[in-house]
Amino acid sequence: MLKKDLGLFILIVVVAAVVAFLNPRFLSPINLSNTANQVGLFGIVSIGEGFVIITGGIDLSVGSQFALLGVLFIDLLVIYQVHWAIALLMMVAGGMMLGTIHGFLVTRMRMQPFVVTLCGLLIYRGVARYITGDGNAGFAFGETYPWLDLLTKGKSFGVPHTFIAFAMVAILMGIVLHRTVFGRYLFAVGKNEEAARYSGINTRRVISAAYIICGALTGLASVFMTMYVNGVTPSVHGNFYELYAIAAAVLGGCSLRGGEGSVLGIVLGSILLQLLQNLVNLLGIPSSLNFAVMGGVILIGVLADQQLVRYRRWATARSAAARLEEAAPSAAVKQSA
Amino acid sequence: MPGAVPFLELLSISKTYPGVVALRDVSLSAATGEVIGLIGENGAGKSTLMRVLGGVVAPSKGIIRIDGAESASLTVNEATAAGIAFVHQELNLFDNLDVAANVFIGREPLWGGPLKFVDRKAMYARVQPLLDRLNVDFRPDTSVSELSIAQQQLLEIAKALSFDARLVIMDEPTSSLTLTETSRLLEVVASLKASGVSVIFISHRLNEIEQCADRVVVLRDGCTVGALDRQQINHDAMIRLMIGRDLKSLYVPPAAPPGSSMLDIEAMRTSTYPEQPVSLSVRKGEILGLAGLIGSGRTELARAVFGIDHPSAGAIRLEGQPIVVGSPRDAIDRGIYLIPEDRKRSGLLLDVSITENISLPDLASYARATLVRASTEIANAEQQRRRLRIKVPDVGDPVSTLSGGNQQKVVLAKWLSMRPRVIIFDEPTRGVDVGSKSEIYEIMRELADAGVAILMISSDMEEVIGVSDRIAVMHEGRISGFLDRDDFSERNVLKLAVGSTIS
Repeated sequence: MLKKDLGLFILIVVVAAVVAFLNPRFLSPINLSNTANQVGLFGIVSIGEGFVIITGGIDLSVGSQFALLGVLFIDLLVIYQVHWAIALLMMVAGGMMLGTIHGFLVTRMRMQPFVVTLCGLLIYRGVARYITGDGNAGFAFGETYPWLDLLTKGKSFGVPHTFIAFAMVAILMGIVLHRTVFGRYLFAVGKNEEAARYSGINTRRVISAAYIICGALTGLASVFMTMYVNGVTPSVHGNFYELYAIAAAVLGGCSLRGGEGSVLGIVLGSILLQLLQNLVNLLGIPSSLNFAVMGGVILIGVLADQQLVRYRRWATARSAAARLEEAAPSAAVKQSA
Repeated sequence: MPGAVPFLELLSISKTYPGVVALRDVSLSAATGEVIGLIGENGAGKSTLMRVLGGVVAPSKGIIRIDGAESASLTVNEATAAGIAFVHQELNLFDNLDVAANVFIGREPLWGGPLKFVDRKAMYARVQPLLDRLNVDFRPDTSVSELSIAQQQLLEIAKALSFDARLVIMDEPTSSLTLTETSRLLEVVASLKASGVSVIFISHRLNEIEQCADRVVVLRDGCTVGALDRQQINHDAMIRLMIGRDLKSLYVPPAAPPGSSMLDIEAMRTSTYPEQPVSLSVRKGEILGLAGLIGSGRTELARAVFGIDHPSAGAIRLEGQPIVVGSPRDAIDRGIYLIPEDRKRSGLLLDVSITENISLPDLASYARATLVRASTEIANAEQQRRRLRIKVPDVGDPVSTLSGGNQQKVVLAKWLSMRPRVIIFDEPTRGVDVGSKSEIYEIMRELADAGVAILMISSDMEEVIGVSDRIAVMHEGRISGFLDRDDFSERNVLKLAVGSTIS
């Protein structure tokens, strides 16, 4: 696990060094702070996505949840005059509710996660567009929320609060995933659901919890994103964001087969992803190639990683066989005949 | 005709795997239109022999002679070309395709030259006569998903005939058929015979063998132990040949006579055999062997007791107290543990460390404020490694690097770290080397002596007779009888397993 993260870290350093060399503006405080802000915005939801992917599932609906929850958030503030803190909590709760529905459909109704969340993707965006009359939701002119603005758009010591929030979420979720009983169960379920069940794990509850966590983080991130964009146009807001989240998780070592991944990896994956965007901007590459660069790097990254794993597995198998040969005549395997 | 010159002969075939002799000097011949019954216990070598014939397994020694041509081994293609066809125990059909497509899978008649369109018309036209020959009640364009198991069986036979089979091998073809379907299949066997096709019929159901076989060959421990001609074929003769070892000598008696009842299963009905209520009890300190043929409903019973499946009826008592087991968690919390049949699928997380595998069912007890303490986990894994003599340099190694026997010990370690009251072993030593095998038996006896009730499902006769204090035998979903140690014999177990009574 650690080797994988280290590899990713080195890649980030190399890419950053190359970009900084080619365009010194990369290291300017403004650029770094902007990039950090982007990492924070996309990173929070990537961690949630990672949890779902570790169970062997997927959540395609996070982008549309951004649109729906964003619209609701603005409506709550502007139309219903709800206190922003309560509205924020309601968004987190709303995301959890959607996650609960996904979890229910996946574990109880035995639907495939891809299908469930694909329908979510379509439904949530459709509802968001309907609520706004296919227009957009925005704040009234002159109405400000100083505390909310400070919280979501402010900086401390030059670090954007989105990035600080991301770091806090990452530390908390890192502990949950790598240190707690629940985190261990999450991996067990992703690795081998049947063996997990035979070990007494309530696999349905664990899988549902992953979707709920993903929903909660999506709700939180949707508030940051809404404030950052300063309004929501549901037909475009959050488009493709589920793919950014999946990309970051996969780049960070999550296997879509489940059972693999780390929060540190996802964090590094999120950073690399935004770094690439920044690279496209700074090096004067046509921004139309943005997705192509991202796709190319993920493809090569995952390919290289898998070849490495294959090689390592082959090497350990060989050394284990050699050790066995030395220790004792090869163990007999009785053929069931 | 029977008795004519055999077109196929296997001459003193041996097959050894590292440490295990699967076949030793086995000879078998088949003449045109001959039906050979092949019998033997689970693990006697029947399937290996048939795999040699099908070209799947190369024998270590021996000669295969087909139409006078000799070779040391066959490839799958050579076997097919020689007219040898299989009807497997597990059906290998594509249920998303229709009957004709299944018959011609991989060799579809084509049209359109390089475009390679499938010529459905030609396919249907060529399958119809085969179906007519077997007199079946489905059509070439019927989807396989609509066919019953028996019909699928017939489809497999039609597929075999489409290869111009001269010899059809049927490996327990009737194990999942009803009585009428079985007699229908036996008619088909007779009509194959009449049209000059030979059949090797492998079955545990001796009645069927009696009805259809011209000749019976009996295997035991990888050797041919006898053959019976048509007029010699009867139940007793067959059972006499299938058994014949002294297996009681392995036995280690319990330190004290078994105590009061630990686990009572009362009138439990599983989904596989809903019409058969099963009752049995296991006492404290007792190893109860649960014998029976594969598919007799033993695993289903174990799964129901452990809370994996939900039985349609029945009750469970633990030390006399009625309990409800709705999930494996319920069972585990009460000290009822299962060591599953397929450890790679249900027992272990293969590429996870030994330590984490061992602590998984009881993880909460290694945690303080829900944070897992790796040090206590490792300490426990170390303790289990020493106690069970798991041969591994480091408990942090993934389970996949271990041998079968050591993997099984890891599964055992999961449960021994907790407080077992009942342990169900499902085929505890399948794929386990001889050394680990006896260690596992020792552990079972130790556990029993410590007051644990042990239910051991096993298809290995040596194990059932050598380890159990008492044996329950299942046959097609019901308990066909109990045996006390004095009555232990392969003959008795086998008789109950095939559904007869002990005289």
